[in-house]
Amino acid sequence: MNSNNPSLITRNEQLNYKPNIKRNLGNRLMTGLAALFSIVAVLPLVLVLGYILLKGASKISISLFTELPPPPGLEGGGIGNAIVGTLVVTFIAALFAIPIGVGGGIYLAEYSRSDWFAQFIRFGTNVLSGVPSIIAGVFVYGTLVTTRLLFGNAYSAVAGGLALSILMIPTVIKTTDEGLKLVPNDLRRGALGVGASRFITITRITLPAAFTPIATGVVLSIARAAGETAPLIFTALFSPYWADLLSVDGWFSSIATLSVLIYNFSIMPLEVQNELAWAASFVLVALILALNLSARWLGRVASR
Amino acid sequence: MSSNLDDQYRLRKRPQSEKLVDSGFKSLAVGLASVVALVLFAILIVVFQGGLPSMLRYGWEFLITSDWNPVDDEYGAGAAIYGTLVTSILSLFIAIPLGVGTAIFITENIIPKKIRNFIGLMVELLAAVPSVVLGLWAIFVMEPFIRPGLEMLYTYFGWFPLFSSPPMGPGTLPAVLILVVMILPIITAITRDSLQQVPKRLTQAAYGIGTTRWGAIINVTLPAAISGIVGGVMLALGRAMGETMAVTMIIGNSNNFSFSLLAPGNTISAMLANQFGEADGSQVSSLMYAAFVLMIMTLAVNILAQLLVKRLSLKY
Repeated sequence: MNSNNPSLITRNEQLNYKPNIKRNLGNRLMTGLAALFSIVAVLPLVLVLGYILLKGASKISISLFTELPPPPGLEGGGIGNAIVGTLVVTFIAALFAIPIGVGGGIYLAEYSRSDWFAQFIRFGTNVLSGVPSIIAGVFVYGTLVTTRLLFGNAYSAVAGGLALSILMIPTVIKTTDEGLKLVPNDLRRGALGVGASRFITITRITLPAAFTPIATGVVLSIARAAGETAPLIFTALFSPYWADLLSVDGWFSSIATLSVLIYNFSIMPLEVQNELAWAASFVLVALILALNLSARWLGRVASR
Repeated sequence: MSSNLDDQYRLRKRPQSEKLVDSGFKSLAVGLASVVALVLFAILIVVFQGGLPSMLRYGWEFLITSDWNPVDDEYGAGAAIYGTLVTSILSLFIAIPLGVGTAIFITENIIPKKIRNFIGLMVELLAAVPSVVLGLWAIFVMEPFIRPGLEMLYTYFGWFPLFSSPPMGPGTLPAVLILVVMILPIITAITRDSLQQVPKRLTQAAYGIGTTRWGAIINVTLPAAISGIVGGVMLALGRAMGETMAVTMIIGNSNNFSFSLLAPGNTISAMLANQFGEADGSQVSSLMYAAFVLMIMTLAVNILAQLLVKRLSLKY
């Protein structure tokens, strides 16, 4: 049979890999280029994290967490009030964004048909997630701060939290919607089939089944909100004092946050303040990366 | 006997309370979903209304003149609008090859999976670093580091309008570089997702008819994934336009119009961050007008992104 087609054997030699012909050279060149691009892409993270570790971690001490920032010209001090403030403002943001986001996601995934209203909400969610964060600050400034709508208070922790929640809502809606859509329809039909109402089906069957993706999305959106600065600089403003959280007034007056502290202190021509900005960056990045990695871990544990 | 059985198996009627809870829950969900629409409209209305006095006073001229003088009450956002466009588009041009290249490198089977996942994780973590921290890094580390390079650009290419002023620290080009760092993760993540969704059989068919790895990537995989990539790029453009903190800290906040990338400049969002807190009267209104312009720009980009993704998606 082979003797009928001797050309097969001679052609066989062409199947050897020839490293120096044009297409193979081009191939390796492109691979090298892609590798180079990846290194360039990873480099900033390594550099940023490296510097934060270098400059920030050396400043970590007990007083950093327990003391107030020093007045200009003085040494020492800490960022205790800003750490508390970031937690407070992020908590307020989550308090508004999680119910609204999860509720909206439930509507989109469980109730909506493809009518104009659902399409409009989906479209609006996408558009809202593209709104620049500074615009959320401008909006809250225009509605709550200048008008003193919040019981006569202008700049306040609640106003800052509301501005942040505007940025969180689209993320929470999207992850809830997508998480619920991953729940097999059989579960819904099964629950409805044995006589459960829609309310029971959603709260007892589909929401628990979609808990992990929703929780992951919520944690990620909290991490993003904790690092946001632009919506806070003229809503929560800043304060050199401890927030008085035991009284209602404390929640409705201006409050320090880590991100605004970094911004304010980095543009001051003062060594002490600049050092505190690096220390605050370390604390903030550690907090955000911890939230991010825990969200990732949550997703991985549940997918097993 | 039989009537007993009937009783036992008679369908239970839903009590009124259960129906009430059910419909109440649905209305609650609808209500919470409408918050999104309400907030979106409210933002548009509040920003538009705030800017209205300046819109009536300056009209379209506001968009092209660049006096920004609170003392004389003269406002024009030309320099800031130009800065917004230049920084976002330039950073996009740098970030697209880097981001798409990285995405290809970590989806195609070039290096071991563990290293690929690690690079992917690093890029995603980069997206999590807050903008204000990147700004701090840009002020104290990146800008001093690239200063000699910028000075060389000025000495050798100073005749070129884009490099026609001596670098003095903060400027447009450092802002562009930090924007690249900020939008790179978005482009990489979305490109990676869309590359992964391209069916394996397409690439395998290309290999089967004798192409090389990059022949397949350039002629088959990338065209098949183009809708997702374009969507990601547009999203990144929107993000770059609205990005505030890092840019504010490094761009220099100067309202003097200059073509030079080495000179301090301004963007709309940087201007808002800088001046909003202590502005009053017609300055607030002018800032709101600028904010409205920024909002329309990002809205247009985002809507265009959604349309392009729909138009470009291939059926395979």
